[in-house]
Amino acid sequence: MASFTNQPVTRDQAKVMNRYDISKRMLTHLHHDEAVIGGIGYSNFDLWAASANPNGRRQQNFYMLGSMGLAVPIALGVALAQPHRRTIALEGDGSILMQLGALGTVAARAPKNLIVIILDNGAYQITGGQKTLTDQGVDLVAVARASGLEQSAWAADESAFEEMIDRALKQDGPWLIGCRIDNNKPVDTTERDPSRIRDQFMRGLGVKK
Amino acid sequence: MADRAWYEIVRDVLKQHDVSLVPYVPDNVLRPLIDLLHEDPFFNAFSVPREEEGLGIAAGAWMAGTRAILLMQTSGFATLANQLASLSVPFQIPTMMIVSERGTLGEFNIGQMLVARTMRPVLDCLAIENHTITRLDEVEFIFDRSIRQAVATLGPVCFILSPLLTGGKVFTA
Repeated sequence: MASFTNQPVTRDQAKVMNRYDISKRMLTHLHHDEAVIGGIGYSNFDLWAASANPNGRRQQNFYMLGSMGLAVPIALGVALAQPHRRTIALEGDGSILMQLGALGTVAARAPKNLIVIILDNGAYQITGGQKTLTDQGVDLVAVARASGLEQSAWAADESAFEEMIDRALKQDGPWLIGCRIDNNKPVDTTERDPSRIRDQFMRGLGVKK
Repeated sequence: MADRAWYEIVRDVLKQHDVSLVPYVPDNVLRPLIDLLHEDPFFNAFSVPREEEGLGIAAGAWMAGTRAILLMQTSGFATLANQLASLSVPFQIPTMMIVSERGTLGEFNIGQMLVARTMRPVLDCLAIENHTITRLDEVEFIFDRSIRQAVATLGPVCFILSPLLTGGKVFTA
């Protein structure tokens, strides 16, 4: 089985990066039709911001507006339904801590086309920056590995992240990439129009014409 | 085919409507249905640790073109209010659910009895189509028509399987 090499052993050793910058770097590595599921709050606000371009926003993004913790399950559903499409879940530390069982479910179903990216700032930033458990000792990459996701690692820095996403897009998954991020505000706010988000996403996935 | 059991009818209707993905949190009353779905290669049935995770998987699958149905018991449904209210209903995702009804008609666990009383108020206040199925001769019609309706109207639907249909979970005093 493939795995990431030369990665930091623990969360403490990973560089603190920026959410918008990471979202932007991720998008530049996508080919065109990968599905991206953005978790609640700032995780998807920066995905929204980073996805803006002169031709409009990419259609293959789904932005949650609630349902905290469900980015990974939603991405798993997409990955199972369309096994030939790479699917990425962008999820925050506070959110995945609510739904740790989902990591075990991903490992058990073992979709080759699924990539989980954890954006970990150790805080419930949107509610005032209260500490999450990752700021008090929980290492989500270690949790993922112990849940059966062997191909899990922390991104040492931005260039390591780019190497990892590139590899995860080419080789069989499931993959999990942990990114430590700072507490900067997101660049924009996602438009809160759920039925439009769902409709665009389904068209982006070729389910609706 | 008049001699089919309720779970055989459910399996057949799900198949007719191409509902193939079945995340579930297990339940003893649903066991014959779960067993049938595991035996049939048409279905991809697997357990999930929490009902809301199954709802998320089903939602993702729907948006990507695969129909799914979530199986659980009454107490499990009680964990879903936020996900139905923030994902299924506003995004117009036709979440399909089968709930084996506990808490009534001979319930022995007071916790099950109390949590069961929250189920229909939650479904009704979110205006989610729901049917309590008590008779074998109504299973096919209710499932067939309601799945069509869910898909056509992009609205969730909940099938509540009464102990009158399934026999329920029996307590011998």
